[in-house]
Amino acid sequence: MKFQWDTFFVTGEPMILGAQISLLFGAIAMVVGLTYFKKWKWLWTEWITTVDHKKIGTMYILCAVLMLFRGGVDALLMRIQLTLPNLHFLDEHHYDEIFTTHGTIMILFMAMPFLMGLINLVVPLQIGARDVAFPYLNAISFWLFFIGMGLFNISFIIGGSPDAGWTMYFPLAGTEFTPGPGQNYYAIALQIAGIGTLATGINFLVTIFKMRAPGMKLMDIPMFSWSVIAMSLIIVAAFPVLTIALALMTFDRLFGAHFFTMASGGMPMLWSNLFWIWGHPEVYIVVLPAFGIFSEIISTFSRKRLFGYGSMVLSMLAIALMSYLTWAHHFFTMGAGPAVNSFFSISTMAISIPTGIKIFNWLATMYKGKISFTTPMLWAVGFIPNFIVGGATGVLLAMASADYQYHNSYYLVAHFHHVLIAGVVFACFGGLHFWYPKMFGHILNETLGKWTFWIFVIGFNICFYPMYFLGLKGMTRRMVTYQADLGWTGLNEVATVGAFLMGVAFLILCYNIYYSARKGERDTTGDPWDGRTLEWATSTPVPHYNFAKLPNVQGVDEWARMKKNGENLKITEEEVKEIHMPNNTGKAFIISCFFFVAGFGLVFEWYWMAILGGIGIACGLLLRSLEKDEGYHVSVEEIKRTEGLSRGDEHGTNK
Amino acid sequence: MHEKFPWSHVFGFLLSIVLTCMTIWIGLYTNFSHSFILYLIVGLAFVQAFLQLFMFMHMTEGEDGKMKTANIFYGIFVAVIVVLGSLFTMSFGM
Amino acid sequence: MEQTNKELPLEYQTHQDRMTILAFWIFLGAEIALFSTLFATYLVLEHRTAGMFSAKQLFEAPKVMMMTFLLLTSSFTCGVAIWYMRRNNAKQLIGWMLVTLLLGAGFLYMEIAEFTHYVHEGATIQTSAFLSSFFVLTGTHGAHVTLGICWALSILYQVMKNGITTTTARKVFIIGLYWHFLDVVWIFLFTLVYVKGMVG
Repeated sequence: MKFQWDTFFVTGEPMILGAQISLLFGAIAMVVGLTYFKKWKWLWTEWITTVDHKKIGTMYILCAVLMLFRGGVDALLMRIQLTLPNLHFLDEHHYDEIFTTHGTIMILFMAMPFLMGLINLVVPLQIGARDVAFPYLNAISFWLFFIGMGLFNISFIIGGSPDAGWTMYFPLAGTEFTPGPGQNYYAIALQIAGIGTLATGINFLVTIFKMRAPGMKLMDIPMFSWSVIAMSLIIVAAFPVLTIALALMTFDRLFGAHFFTMASGGMPMLWSNLFWIWGHPEVYIVVLPAFGIFSEIISTFSRKRLFGYGSMVLSMLAIALMSYLTWAHHFFTMGAGPAVNSFFSISTMAISIPTGIKIFNWLATMYKGKISFTTPMLWAVGFIPNFIVGGATGVLLAMASADYQYHNSYYLVAHFHHVLIAGVVFACFGGLHFWYPKMFGHILNETLGKWTFWIFVIGFNICFYPMYFLGLKGMTRRMVTYQADLGWTGLNEVATVGAFLMGVAFLILCYNIYYSARKGERDTTGDPWDGRTLEWATSTPVPHYNFAKLPNVQGVDEWARMKKNGENLKITEEEVKEIHMPNNTGKAFIISCFFFVAGFGLVFEWYWMAILGGIGIACGLLLRSLEKDEGYHVSVEEIKRTEGLSRGDEHGTNK
Repeated sequence: MHEKFPWSHVFGFLLSIVLTCMTIWIGLYTNFSHSFILYLIVGLAFVQAFLQLFMFMHMTEGEDGKMKTANIFYGIFVAVIVVLGSLFTMSFGM
Repeated sequence: MEQTNKELPLEYQTHQDRMTILAFWIFLGAEIALFSTLFATYLVLEHRTAGMFSAKQLFEAPKVMMMTFLLLTSSFTCGVAIWYMRRNNAKQLIGWMLVTLLLGAGFLYMEIAEFTHYVHEGATIQTSAFLSSFFVLTGTHGAHVTLGICWALSILYQVMKNGITTTTARKVFIIGLYWHFLDVVWIFLFTLVYVKGMVG
């Protein structure tokens, strides 16, 4: 069959052509830049082969911010199309592709990596560890995510994006109605990235359980790290379900199986069932670390211990467990019987109870605290009322019989954006601001941060509040345009204004990052916020081995306790011992590249390529198994040098 | 840990064979109702699974014995929900 | 952070190795979730045969018994291999593991023969929802066994080269866990797919 260049590369769409050209120029610019500044070796040794959790965390966040841009542009394009009735800014096909990629990217390639980035950066430091349990596996996780992200993102210029919604319902997602590589991108890219996520879940469970600093009991673990435990428990149980669901989808599309394709006995609803068995726990995977971030921020900026530590832990574990019992509320209207719908209605409403407990605990933490409204605190405090709105509308949606009215209307769209943005995105922004000085040694500008916050939150509400009313007026989601006489125009115009305000806020955030890199207030104390947990006990920049001297933990909020008692982690010359650290490795990156080759081959059904990629993966795994890499030891001299950099209390690393 | 002869292994092996034969016998050579057969053989399967987890895989040994056991119970909890939950949701009658 | 305790079996002696073993157990928990999804799919689609082949028509009890016996025995011989490993006997370890892998290969041979037979009869993955789910469920298990054999061979090679060290002991222990786990999954395959199918 003659290779068809005009279907392989997406053609005929001026906007996509523009994107293709700018991506090409961007890639060329990067290659030229790296060559001109002679940074290839630096890129390889410092970033591509790193197994340092702090660097991996930074790379995750960088990718997440890039994906926030892409997903945000998708959103703005949709909002432009919907501002007025009967616009032809985007045709149906293009619109479908955009809402599909918007959803998939925001959840899987923006929210997940943003949180994974913060988790990677912070958790080992918070528990007083020198690294994660499996640094090499950590690198694999990142590069598999990166490859999955790359594979998914090139779809809109090569082959065509998936367009059956981020939920990919059958039979639309089957080859009968959607032939071509688009949907295959979804199945394969998410599969690859999902392997990385599963590995991260296992990695952090073992890390937090087995690598805590001496003395740190389970109930002394900082709340953010506890949220990571709860998140990881969900990951190890939910992601395998997605793995199978995507594999079954792949079999249906590539090999003619009949799991979900209606001919010969397949059941399309089975896809929805399996997808949401993963999908509902997934939203808790993103929201629980977000709750953890808020716990840290609120207690730090109220200068008070988090209220109700025990109930916070229990509620997160309860949420994790209960998240498995609610999935069918995503398809109440698909024809399951009354017993099924009733069960899931009740379980869905029940899960709001542990969440409510957490909200009360946050408020109680703030009560009688010495509150300072820094930017991170604004994000955390702003989360509370906004999330409550989203949560309350969720309870309304949980009522199965009522859901027949608002399922798949803009009421639903408003609800999930309210919980996801207020819950997860606010946490990402707040967490970024909060831990930024630990990552980069300077603080993001407060004024710009506050502008970002207010414009974003106001824009966010202007965008999504009207959607509740649009939903009640009957506007359905995923529709490319609507008629003028429906009376929906006014509210849509308002929503578009809100969306652009969010875009403006994002630009201010980007400018903040640029401005603060050049002129921002430098932090050399390592503890600019007077923090309460051990990550603030490290110096800035954090040495690659994290702690020269491990703390002996005596309770919750150990760093706050240490400061109160005048203790610190200053190490004396006699105490310095060699530290064992893992070696960098290029294998993680290379194995992931073979995953890309295999994945690309499967997407286009070029099985020779898929097999080649598979062989590469197998060789990489075998080489890794045979390799005798014991890591290396950081010498006592190097540690003394790093710790003794300018003796004195305000400067240098020795604290 | 250093037994003279791996009696627990042999015992586990023989018991597994017995349970397997019981399953076949109940399934193919009795006249119980289908649902009763199903309950019995699934029950036998769980017994054999725990036997092997405990005797072959040393699930409870070591400093992490409790954690490993809790982890397996969690996995079973999820498995039961996925299987029974899917059958329930896809039943179209309930 | 090396905390060695010479009282423990070799594979548990270093902290990193204990963590690796724990991580593998958690991974096995994830595999339980994975197989449960395949089982759920199979049980939902079990009777949707598109008027073609049903389980009762296809499955043959003696062959299934033989496959079960092969795999179960291989799980036992694997346990014996580990027992010898804990006695520092590399030769017996390798010998019993090779027996294990041979039995596993026998199991695979029978399974491939079973699949080939069905396909020749016209019962393929594309024939019906029941057959799609049967092939993918049992095929996933079979693929795991195949992977396990390759993986075990590479580990046996490392034992031959390096002897029994804390690292090779941990690696052997983990492939042992994996192998036992596959037999545990087979118990459910045997019960819920084959016996249930033959009952009707």
